[in-house]
Amino acid sequence: MTAASSSVSGGASKTTARRFSASRLLRTLLPAISLALVLLAIANFNPRAISYFGFTLMLNLAIPVALATIAQLMVITVNDLDLSIGAFVGFTGCVTATWLPNQPLLGCAILIGSIAVYAGLGALIHLRRLPSIVVTLGMSFVWLGLAILIRPTPGGTAPVWLHGFVSQRLPWVPFPVVAAIVIAGVVHFGLMRTTYGTTLRGVGGNANAIERAGWSLLRAKMTAYAFAGVFGVLAGLSLVGVSTSADANMANGYTLLSIAGAILGGAEFVGGRVSPIGAVIGALTLQLAAVALNFFHIAALPNLRIPQEWQVGAQGIILILILAARALINRGER
Amino acid sequence: MSGRSMSYFRWLSGRPWLWSFLGALAVWLLAIVVSHGQGAGGMLSAALAFSVFTVLVGIGQMFVITLGPGNIDLSLPANIGLSGAVAMTVMGEADDRILLGLAMAVIVGLAVGGFNYLLIRLLRIPPIIATLAASFILVSAGISYGRGLQITPPPAFAQFTVMRIGGIPVLALATLVLTLLCAVLLHRTIYGRSVLATGQNMRAARLAGVKVERVRLLTYLLCGAFGGLCGALLAGFTGGSSLDMGAEYLLSSIAVVVIGGTAVAGGAANLPGIWGASLFLFMVVTLLNTAGFGPGFRDVMTGLIIIAVITIAGGQRRLR
Repeated sequence: MTAASSSVSGGASKTTARRFSASRLLRTLLPAISLALVLLAIANFNPRAISYFGFTLMLNLAIPVALATIAQLMVITVNDLDLSIGAFVGFTGCVTATWLPNQPLLGCAILIGSIAVYAGLGALIHLRRLPSIVVTLGMSFVWLGLAILIRPTPGGTAPVWLHGFVSQRLPWVPFPVVAAIVIAGVVHFGLMRTTYGTTLRGVGGNANAIERAGWSLLRAKMTAYAFAGVFGVLAGLSLVGVSTSADANMANGYTLLSIAGAILGGAEFVGGRVSPIGAVIGALTLQLAAVALNFFHIAALPNLRIPQEWQVGAQGIILILILAARALINRGER
Repeated sequence: MSGRSMSYFRWLSGRPWLWSFLGALAVWLLAIVVSHGQGAGGMLSAALAFSVFTVLVGIGQMFVITLGPGNIDLSLPANIGLSGAVAMTVMGEADDRILLGLAMAVIVGLAVGGFNYLLIRLLRIPPIIATLAASFILVSAGISYGRGLQITPPPAFAQFTVMRIGGIPVLALATLVLTLLCAVLLHRTIYGRSVLATGQNMRAARLAGVKVERVRLLTYLLCGAFGGLCGALLAGFTGGSSLDMGAEYLLSSIAVVVIGGTAVAGGAANLPGIWGASLFLFMVVTLLNTAGFGPGFRDVMTGLIIIAVITIAGGQRRLR
């Protein structure tokens, strides 16, 4: 290589480095930008929704989804996938609505036991080197079956303290917004800023290196799965707190929503690349997208309405759009 | 003596699909004992009739999973719901439009498969996310297309889906023929060998001249077509399409692939095992029903069986 060409390539690499950091910033901000766009759409279609009361209504059901997304994120962190989280949230919801009001000790024992089952799954998957998709698929039958055994018909009640907690009115900022910020902050700190959180992400990135460095992979997997269980339980609690009763099938859609939310938030399936703040934003975006669609109207075309049944479809389209944007950014990087 | 039993064992372990048939047989015998010998033939006939649909989606899912780590089709349930609705609408309760309806259902399935692949390729995202996003859109498309109407199938089509010859469902025989064709496709054609090669090592396959991307496209198309066919037949079998009729087939399509002895990490497919596993799962449900257990207990047992099978079969390479 001649001196001239090397200096040219040196200059080029400097610009690619600058472009690299710019596109990296863009990629990090993508979840927040998409949330802002959805909020703008809502403000445009229905300005009254942008209020204390409006946010409380719109985001009430987003909190259980956000918690389930965090649970999914824990499993994605160690390169696995949980296809049972929806059924699990339904199960914990049924336990909550059935036993927590009158037999809190029994209810708590079952919930804690179910977290232990999650940790056990992590151990089983690690020790036998099983595909997480198949094991959690089997578990989704188990949780759903148990939920049906507990609650053959919809019903039950939310404990008074739980309903009071999730429907409390805070000054200035609606409770769901505060809850979302707290969840995102706590998980971000735990996963991104602590030593063990970094180790967990390292298991997703390079398990061999983590093992050589003296960490127990078994313990790491069990920890990640146990935390998935903890956040699954929290999701079930908050869902029952909001809806005040339970049904075995009430959270079946959460499995796919939680994967979509985590991916929207910037998580990748391999390499332990996750973003807790992004995941919470992703969950909120998916929830609000459905709301935005309800409000959709154009003044010039008063009869043009998007039918209710396209709510789920809109979530799919948003998922595709954001992933397409990310693919474009990544291509610019190359 | 021990030498002979060793060779039996080796013969058995080379044929993982036999286990699923042995399991189905054992559960069937158990069910006969529980029901005091009543309805043994009926049970078998029903098992064949219901297994057809699981086998169809199972074969599609098997081809996709065989492509290698990360390949899976989550859009099957939405595909079944949409193509079932399209088939019933096109047939419009008229006997002379049956073939047209079936063809349309398969075309819808092919379109779904093509869309899945397009997302995978254009967005460079894992198939699990691509098929997930596609299924969100398909669900909405299905609801808005079907508009909640339940159109009954044409009489001749409904009769065909439940027709039996000597107790054996005609549909099961047809599916058996289709399975044999798939076996030829998998083991005797360049396409089939390419699927296996891609699943074993995508990079090596590409370097060896396999057109990996074309193989993947064809496989997602194939899986979509099987989903579409299953949707149309299921709508005929159950007396009209409903949008959530595909819901149970997401889990069961993956379960029969795994129980049937196909490698979850790809590269090794097992067609007979799909039949064995489908019969096995149906027999388990029948046994629990006969013994008087409710749906909750049935689900718990199904889940535990899937986990037990994969734990015993063991994971060599991981799916992801």
